[in-house]
Amino acid sequence: MATDANAAAGRGSVRRLAGSLHRRPRLRLALLLSAPLLWLAVLYLGSLAVLFASAFWTTNSFTSQVVRVWTTDNFHELFTTPVFREVVVRSVGVALAVTALCAVLAFPVAFYTARVARPRWRPLLVVAILTPLWASYLVKVYAWRLILSQGGLADWLLAPFGLSGPGFGLPATVLTLTYLWLPYMILPIHTALAQLPANLLDASADLGARAGRTFRSVVLPMVLPSVAAGSVFTFSLSLGDYITVQIVGGKTQLIGNLVYSDIELNLPMAAALGTVPVVVIVLYLLAIRRTGALNSL
Amino acid sequence: MRLNRIPRAAAVAAALLLAAACGSSGSGGSSATGLNPPALKAPTKLGATEGQVNLIAWAGYVEDGSNDPKADWVHAFEKQTGCQVHSKVAASSDEMVKLMKTGEYDAVSASGDASLRLIASGDAAPVNTALVPNYKDVFAGLKNGAWNSVKGQMYGIPHGRGANLLMYNTQKVKPAPTSWSAVFEDAARHKGHVTAYDSPIYIADAALYLKSTRPELRIQDPYALDQKQFDAAVSLLKQQNRSVGEYWSDYLKEVSAFKSGDSVIGTTWQVIANLAASEGAKVRAFVPKEGSTGWSDTWMVSSRAKHPNCAYKWLNWIVSPKVNAQVAEYFGEAPANSRACAETSDKNFCTVYHAADEDYWKKIAFWNTPIAQCLDGRKDVRCVPYDRWVQAWTEIKG
Repeated sequence: MATDANAAAGRGSVRRLAGSLHRRPRLRLALLLSAPLLWLAVLYLGSLAVLFASAFWTTNSFTSQVVRVWTTDNFHELFTTPVFREVVVRSVGVALAVTALCAVLAFPVAFYTARVARPRWRPLLVVAILTPLWASYLVKVYAWRLILSQGGLADWLLAPFGLSGPGFGLPATVLTLTYLWLPYMILPIHTALAQLPANLLDASADLGARAGRTFRSVVLPMVLPSVAAGSVFTFSLSLGDYITVQIVGGKTQLIGNLVYSDIELNLPMAAALGTVPVVVIVLYLLAIRRTGALNSL
Repeated sequence: MRLNRIPRAAAVAAALLLAAACGSSGSGGSSATGLNPPALKAPTKLGATEGQVNLIAWAGYVEDGSNDPKADWVHAFEKQTGCQVHSKVAASSDEMVKLMKTGEYDAVSASGDASLRLIASGDAAPVNTALVPNYKDVFAGLKNGAWNSVKGQMYGIPHGRGANLLMYNTQKVKPAPTSWSAVFEDAARHKGHVTAYDSPIYIADAALYLKSTRPELRIQDPYALDQKQFDAAVSLLKQQNRSVGEYWSDYLKEVSAFKSGDSVIGTTWQVIANLAASEGAKVRAFVPKEGSTGWSDTWMVSSRAKHPNCAYKWLNWIVSPKVNAQVAEYFGEAPANSRACAETSDKNFCTVYHAADEDYWKKIAFWNTPIAQCLDGRKDVRCVPYDRWVQAWTEIKG
């Protein structure tokens, strides 16, 4: 960074300042990191700490006011009530299913945009993939509600095959979330595929490998960290979502819904429930770190 | 039990005592003794209006013509008082309680299961009814109720009352249902297309049904359930859950579900039935033979209101004969103002909705907050308090 700025600036004072910063790496680091670290520590980790602490309070059962008395009842309930366990498993399952679907769908799309399409079309294709992100989240989810409702587009398309749409429920939720987060998976894979040196593919072909073999032994190992990076987005976004499931999920409940319904009447229980996705995401990130994917984020 | 471990049981006990008095709900005049809300003062006179007012309301209570051009009583209010109205539609009593805790709102149209909680927590202030001229015309049965007053002090202005209805698609549900059994025992006939109100208070609907179908449970009041009665209601709802397509709390979502046919039978409010019918859905809504749960709403002023004068103007406006008639006809409920009956466009309206028929209202189980001391007056058992209802509701939905 510093050397880039040095070369670009070219004026004396800037050059001197850059030079002095260059000689004091610790000062440089402190200046660079203090603001974001403050943000991270106070606002981000601070609010997480408050969340965790309030999970140990309780409420007045009549007025729902928070009573600041230390108790572990909320966590006890969290671990012993079967419905919470079911919902946690269901939420993680949805997040994993969405991630897997996104990866399977994103790979061919990214392969086309990065390697097959003509180079001058590639930026346009990337823009096209990003366009859905410009539309409002709610508009997109309500569009899916219309598509999946009785006699909607899904029913109409499947009718000639004697089938009907999935209706509202868990499959509809997975489908809609997959649609919502797909661009976040396509982009990192596109980048990885675009950077794949062509001569590696040539070498593989020269050594007699067919397309399948090249894919398995050359392309996949080099792109896998990007898939893992994309999965961090799709997994965490799906795990925290509670609006899509309200609109197309029928009667399905995910962690977010439990937090939402408890936040009105039992804030400490909502906080206890809220720590679950945090823990799951941390575990997921630790697992992902082992693949080295975080380096390519 | 979690309750027993709370050291500050005193606060809880006070709340329980207060709510115990609500057992005699329905009959006006009995004030809730034992409830000790924070000492708050009602204003003795009004000052200049503040230019705006923030309201929390049920869907259909604060209409400015954007949903239905004919339903507009907000613009005239703004013109007359200079108070710009900002309203937030709440989907449940729990949401109203939560929103009032933010202190961002001046007034709320609270039902009986929210009003006492708001009084006990000090979120709602006492109301000086002398500053609301139209209060004098409110039906006597709605004044000084156990759900809207404490020791003779009113905490709001009654708005209206009504019953929760059973709505069905007239083309897909045949023969026409007459009983709530259509959404309980017989729900499987419409598997995947049954709907229910997404709030713990809906457990009372199941209890009301059991009251007449399983007399051996001896349910008196659907908001006063001992453990055995409560378990029976919960297991009925768990059985219903297998047939439920989706639960509704957003009223527009229910309208769209009935329009598309995703829901064909379930509980509703009259305003939803009217909206769905006006948008072409083939629906009918009625009170089944077992009777129904219902609500009696009160406009309450926040103790932290930033625009109290505009809030009082609104309270007086919404129960003025003409406006109270408009909102009652739009929402489909009995008006609170006795003179509203002369202002309705349908001259039979007040008769159809039993506006002055106190005997009829005794059959409606108005929303109330369940507490450990049974609201029906039983002393030998403890009832299941509302926080257990909330938890059970989560388990019912699975």
